[in-house]
This record gives sequence, C-alpha cells and structure tokens, in this order.
Amino acid sequence: MTATRTAPPPADPMLPRPFRVTRSHLDTDDTVTLSLEPLDGEPLDFAAGQFTMLHAFGIGEVPISISGDPTWPGPLTHTIRDVGSVTHALVTAQVGEVVGVRGPYGTGWATDAAAGGDVLLAAGGIGLAPLRPALWEIADRREDFGRVVLLYGARSPADVLFAHDLGRWADEHAIDVEITVDYAPPTWRGRVGPVTKLISRAGFDPPNTTALICGPEVMMTLTANALRGRGVPTDRLRLSMERNMKCGVGLCGHCQLREFFLCVDGPVLSYDRLAPLMDVWEF
Amino acid sequence: MRTIPELLTDSPFFHGLDKAVIDLVAGCATTARFDAGDMLFRAGQSADTFFVIRHGRVAVELRNPSRGTITLDTVHDGEVAGWSWLIPPYLWMFDARAIEPTSAVAFDGACLRGKCDRDPALGYALMRQVSQVMYERLQAARVQMLDLYGAPT
Repeated sequence: MTATRTAPPPADPMLPRPFRVTRSHLDTDDTVTLSLEPLDGEPLDFAAGQFTMLHAFGIGEVPISISGDPTWPGPLTHTIRDVGSVTHALVTAQVGEVVGVRGPYGTGWATDAAAGGDVLLAAGGIGLAPLRPALWEIADRREDFGRVVLLYGARSPADVLFAHDLGRWADEHAIDVEITVDYAPPTWRGRVGPVTKLISRAGFDPPNTTALICGPEVMMTLTANALRGRGVPTDRLRLSMERNMKCGVGLCGHCQLREFFLCVDGPVLSYDRLAPLMDVWEF
Repeated sequence: MRTIPELLTDSPFFHGLDKAVIDLVAGCATTARFDAGDMLFRAGQSADTFFVIRHGRVAVELRNPSRGTITLDTVHDGEVAGWSWLIPPYLWMFDARAIEPTSAVAFDGACLRGKCDRDPALGYALMRQVSQVMYERLQAARVQMLDLYGAPT
C-alpha cells in the first residue's frame, strides 16, 4: 500500500502562521513594538483596528491589535505591553525568533465612513497602538477629512508612545495632537490631567464629527459621554472593546458581551450599541 | 489697551455672568505677569489671591519628600488657578508655578469675599462659577487617582 499525501487542509483558523521577528523596538520601559515577516512570504492584509492572536510557542497566545501602517506594504507590526507571561515572552522575543500569528480578526475603525467630516481620535495609554493604523490611513488621504484631532492621555511623560509619529502627524499631516499625562515631573512642559480635559479646547464641529476612542473602558466611557455632551452623535462614537478574546473567531464565547462576540462583532463598535453594556462585567 | 472687564470676558470662567457682575469683581483685580519658574503661590501660605490665566501655562505641584515634586494639574489660557481664597482657613494646599511666561488677572481674595458677603446675588453667581471649576477638578482628580494606564492588577 502506498501512502499518499493529501493536499493541506483549508486554512485552519486555529492554526497560527509562523512569523519571524525582524525588529524589536523598545517604546517605553514595558512596551515593545515588534516587526514580523511571514515565513511563507505571504503578507497579512488587515484593516485599521483589527487584531491578531499572537502566539508565543510553548507559552500561549494573546489578542494584540495591529499597530502598523495599513497603507504601507511593510512588516506586520504589533505594539505589546509586558503585563503577563505571554506578553512577556513576546516583548522579550529576539530578532530572528519565530512567533505564531492567527488572524487578522474583528471589525476595523472604518475610517472611510468618517470622510467628509471632522475626526477626533481619543487614545488612553496603550490604546494609541490600535488607533495608529487609523491615523496613518487618515494621514494618507488627509484631504478627504476636515479637522483631525488626536487627544492622547498617558500615565506619565515616560509612557508616551510613538513620539516620532506624533510629531509627524502634527507637522506633516495637519493633525492637531494634544497630549496630557496623569502625573509629571517638574521638567514636563506639557499638560497634566485626564484626556477628557482636552475636549473642551479641541477644535471640531460636533454634529459633523466621528470619534474613534481606544483605551481603558473607564476612559472610553468618560470620553464618549463628554463627546456626547458636546453634541457628537452616539452612532459616530466608535470604541474599541478588547475584552477576553480567546479563539478570535466567535466560537468559544469568552469575549461575549450580551449579544456580541467582541472578536467578530467588535472590537470596534459604536457607542449607541455599546452604551447599555459598558457596565457588564468581564468574565 | 484692554480693560480688566474686557480681559475677563475672554475666560470661560466668566461666560454667562452679567456685565454688572464682571464690572463688580473687576474692582478687586489687577494684572500680573510671571516668568517661567516664578511661583504664583506656595502651599501653606495665605491664600489671598486667585488667578485667571490669560496666556501661558501654570503647573499645580505637590512637594513630596519621598517622590520629589509632582505636577498634579496644569492650568492654561482662560482657566482659573486656585480656590483656597474662598474656603477657610484660606491657605494654599499646593504650589503653583509658571512653566512658561504667563500673564494673568489676579484677584484680591479678601476684597472678593467682602463683596460677596455684602451682595449675596454676586456671591451666588461667583460661587456657581467656582463650583463648576471645583467639580471639574474633582472629577479629574478621581480619574487620575484610578491610575487607568498603570499596570493591570
């Protein structure tokens, strides 16, 4: 009897693809941006706001938003904060190491839908990473948008991410970048206070504004409520809800939030759908 | 040259107040300038003044022997620095330091308190404005206290 090799099965959504780490950039003392190249040479197309399941072999996998430029055919980019065993393995991965990637998964920011109006992006902490692809998308076709404002809150000046990009968005793409931190040493010349404090001074036309918000849920709720108070329609408030994603394909139910599986229906959802669910506990 | 009542109307703090009220409080005010590094007030000192920042930037700071000086808040164009002038024992809780050249309108707290005591309508109008500032600062402080961007526990 002759053994025959069967054709490989259709892409298994639970099977990670191997990617090699080609660059590791230390953003802050606990956050690293990894550049990844697929071993099979097949690039991974994604929409701004989508995430992948990143797999540290032998340890586990975690959902991480893609933080690269979707308009630029470069390596797959993720910005990862060292908060647990898997993220620690990823953050400390050396150039040349191989990690697994499943995805991309979930809904994106849909920046197309914001064209023709003003865009306000509000980021808190590591929440700037999932918004970064949207910022590059908007910058790439800046003339399609009205005023574009980025309000970014970080823990301290040392925790500000993507300082080089922040300058480029402001200087080269006419994006109003306002940064605030929760606490600062006396050498800090910028703002101190929560990100919501920046809203009253930001220049945008509320009824004609789409807001993209990403950060801790408390920060997103406060920001969404403040923007709603200013007159931004709730269906134009888009939040990235990153709860306990496990399978990434809507099977396991770990990320279920009432009627939504956040890994497939989200992570980006509008506030008019999310508002009643923001106080539902994560499990 | 603009008069103090005209300068005050630039600040959101005075939006919604009658001109008569603004004229009345302007009688307790003078203009002030600070170079970067100058102190507007220091913790523990008598809180006899409050400031409406016209242009510039002021850091509200706490001196902590174990952590050094920490900036808790910054005050910018049109915003108000200080409310301890209104509440006994009229002592500043924090330091306020200009972190860039700053121009302000400075109010004599005792003068304002006197006018408010004699004119409850003025006192109520002013108290509403100050309460709004205090409310916003309290909300901000609560959010900062949550340390939302710290390591998850």
